[in-house]
Amino acid sequence: MASVVHSANVTVTDQRCTDPVVLNLWHPIAAVLELEPGGEHRSRLLGAHLTYGITSVGDLWASADGQELPVIERYGYLWTSLGSPEGGDSLGIPFEIPEAHEPDRRNMNAGSFQVATSAPRAIENFLDMGHFPYVHTDLLGVEPHTEVADYQVDIHDGEIWATDCLFFQPVAAASATGGQISEYTYRVPHPFCVMLYKNVPTDPSRRDVIAIFVQAMTEETVRVHNFYSMVDETTSDNGLRRFQQVIFSQDKPILENQRPTKLPLDPRVETPIRADQSAIVYRRWLTELGLTYAVIPA
Amino acid sequence: MTESGSFGGEDVAQRWFPVAASSDAPFRHVAQAKLLGREYAIWRADDGYVNAWENRCLHRGVRLSIGQNEGTELRCTYHGWRYSSRSGGCTYIPAHPADAPAQTICNQTYRCEERHGLIWVTEAGTGELPRHAAFGSSTSEDASLALRALPLNAPASLVLEMLEAYPAHTAAEATGSHSFQFQVADGDGGGVVAFVQPVDEAHCVIRPVLVDAPPDSRRLEVLRSEALILNRFREVVEQEAASRPSTPVIERDILPVLGRAASETSVSFAPSQSRTELRVVVTTKTPVADGVMSFEFAPIATPGEPAVLPTAQPGAHIDVQLPNGLIRQYSLTNRSGDQERYVIGVKLEPESTGGSTCLHETVREGDVLAISAPRNNFPLRRSATRTILIAGGIGLTPLLAMAETLHAAGQPFEFHCFARSQAHLPFASRLEAMGASVTTHLGLDPSQTARAIEQALGRHEPAAHVYLCGPAPMLDAAQQIAADSDWPEDAVHFEYFANTNEVDRSSSFEISLARSSLTLSVGPGETILDVLRSNGVPLDASCQQGACGTCVVELLDGEPQHQDVHLKPSERAAGDRIITCVSRAAAGERLVLDI
Ligand code: FES
Ligand SMILES: [Fe+2]
Repeated sequence: MASVVHSANVTVTDQRCTDPVVLNLWHPIAAVLELEPGGEHRSRLLGAHLTYGITSVGDLWASADGQELPVIERYGYLWTSLGSPEGGDSLGIPFEIPEAHEPDRRNMNAGSFQVATSAPRAIENFLDMGHFPYVHTDLLGVEPHTEVADYQVDIHDGEIWATDCLFFQPVAAASATGGQISEYTYRVPHPFCVMLYKNVPTDPSRRDVIAIFVQAMTEETVRVHNFYSMVDETTSDNGLRRFQQVIFSQDKPILENQRPTKLPLDPRVETPIRADQSAIVYRRWLTELGLTYAVIPA
Repeated sequence: MTESGSFGGEDVAQRWFPVAASSDAPFRHVAQAKLLGREYAIWRADDGYVNAWENRCLHRGVRLSIGQNEGTELRCTYHGWRYSSRSGGCTYIPAHPADAPAQTICNQTYRCEERHGLIWVTEAGTGELPRHAAFGSSTSEDASLALRALPLNAPASLVLEMLEAYPAHTAAEATGSHSFQFQVADGDGGGVVAFVQPVDEAHCVIRPVLVDAPPDSRRLEVLRSEALILNRFREVVEQEAASRPSTPVIERDILPVLGRAASETSVSFAPSQSRTELRVVVTTKTPVADGVMSFEFAPIATPGEPAVLPTAQPGAHIDVQLPNGLIRQYSLTNRSGDQERYVIGVKLEPESTGGSTCLHETVREGDVLAISAPRNNFPLRRSATRTILIAGGIGLTPLLAMAETLHAAGQPFEFHCFARSQAHLPFASRLEAMGASVTTHLGLDPSQTARAIEQALGRHEPAAHVYLCGPAPMLDAAQQIAADSDWPEDAVHFEYFANTNEVDRSSSFEISLARSSLTLSVGPGETILDVLRSNGVPLDASCQQGACGTCVVELLDGEPQHQDVHLKPSERAAGDRIITCVSRAAAGERLVLDI
């Protein structure tokens, strides 16, 4: 029997974040359209207790434990920061999604779901194709199409890009009508945000964008905001929301049963395979950023 | 007791504790248990063996207790990785179905026993599960009855402490650490032994066992008063626990793979001399067809270690070190996860160099043999829509493992077995058990065989795969037929028993090792493998005649002269790998190897 290595770890998930890398980021809080004008909403961010809302004249605001916070609106969401985000208090941007600015796009929040996991675990799950046939059976994948072909992962301008990701999907999207090999491009522009680009079936020159913006409430609880920027005209907003809800309800029990909840950055702690190339690069990238919140540093 | 830690004692890792009732691990179920802050996945294989594993998939940490018990294997819910009963080794990774998982991908397993209707685990103990005096001989043990477990919001140490302080509450007596005994009613024989399972710093479970199950007439009465006594005791203990400052619960085993990974890397680069380092005992030797003998090998138990064989995947083979000094390769016929024994089939080849003769004539039941861990260069894609298995003679052995794996999983397959006559068909009874999925073809000549293979293959459909194993002329013909029927090469998988081609070893050439920038020369009569090994480069090899593919190395540059029968035509043409035991380069050429 192999010797047992003990590593005791007292998990205190509720403390306020002290990691400057994470503090200085913009974080998504809520879909602006879902805010009730004049109302006061509560949530958490990086352990802090937030109140936020939109005034009756349309100004966004947020504060943490009585202290006013910078706010911006991007892609239909309210973003805030507990530190000094890049670009100054209210001028910074989390990152650019040029597609979302096209005039004929439908941009929407397809749901904000709370999950007992860490933000980086949620990001890795989004990057992961290998689980499609097992977790999203008959929707995003199906046996015997379990193989994950090798794909390309690079870092460009400080963002992770995974290209040439091919996977057989029975119902790749709410609008799909039969099995197809989907080609995806994944992009990680922010430690807690990830998106995928998918060719539009009716117009191969354009790409639909599906993203998750993860709000790290604490190290081990998150709210996942599902952002769609679609050219697809066939499916109603509710159809897209329902599809996303089904997918998410399948991921949730898996994410909540991952141990440890925080993402271990040491590559030896778990067993990556070729199919996990994007996760391998993501863990390395987080290590290089010096991020320590919601992870177990290498 | 509290001074010696919140678990009420030193050396708890060495002790055995109950973690579940036997009834918590029914057929095809996976239970979750917790002991000393560590989580376990407990599951019973179809053969009754109870596995206690760390509750965490090696891949991405998902709890194995939410996985599926498939009878001999446990399947993780997230990416479908399968792990074998007993060894805990990974048998299948669906994202890379063409690659056999490395032997090093193996779950942390714990020693586990069943007694008194309870499942017992020790975290690191090397001794046997001790007998509790109250149960006496094994006959009275059979009469015991495990009662309903009682979870407590209190540490185990407090339960034991309170027993000493308040014996009146239970009229109980501590009977050694982590158990106590009490009488339920007059004349109930041995009374109740209650075992205390320390769950974590703040929780424990009391698991009571009646030493003698009462007669039916008194059963209800006994159970009722037992429950009354324990519930009263629980109340007192929990009240006391609530009045004390709470102890933080420590989650253990967050990063368990670290230590193992480091030591395992060295295992996979172990020097080749130690490749037959496993000792097994021959438990049965039986004829299974004319001239074919089957051998069963069982692991040899060492004190404190469970006797477990390394994980074998369907298609795998082992090296067997024979008493006459020869080393021979044999395919395992076991289905995936069925690891109690290794079973091989050996055909007597009187013409050959003496491997089979030695096994047939010299080796006896009870003998100890040295074997290697299984290697798999013939992996089975386990979620294909159509699987065709074509076996010639003794070539049936690896395909039998595949067929039984698919059969057990309820997946369709077509197994075609070619043999000279019924009497020559090995393992006929195991074939029969798979019913209509097996077709036998007896006494056919080469052209009839070719026709039967053509019919068996039909046209290729997407996600259909064929596996071939048998004598060289049959395999050559079958590959040709598959190609002519438009089967793509990546759907046709084969394993030759032997390389019957004439191997030319006359050239002398150079090899460069890219990773160490070393250049070595290979002379006539030498092989690349020889030269690498004699220069201290540890490289795994098995058959050493270009059939099994174990000694493959990636080739970065240079023109190889392939002489093996392992690589497929397209792999040969790609020129990016070489079988180092037989293949070489033309005279004066140079090969750059990725090692
Ligand atoms: S986490 Fe278990 S198979 Fe991936
Ligand atoms: Fe998913």
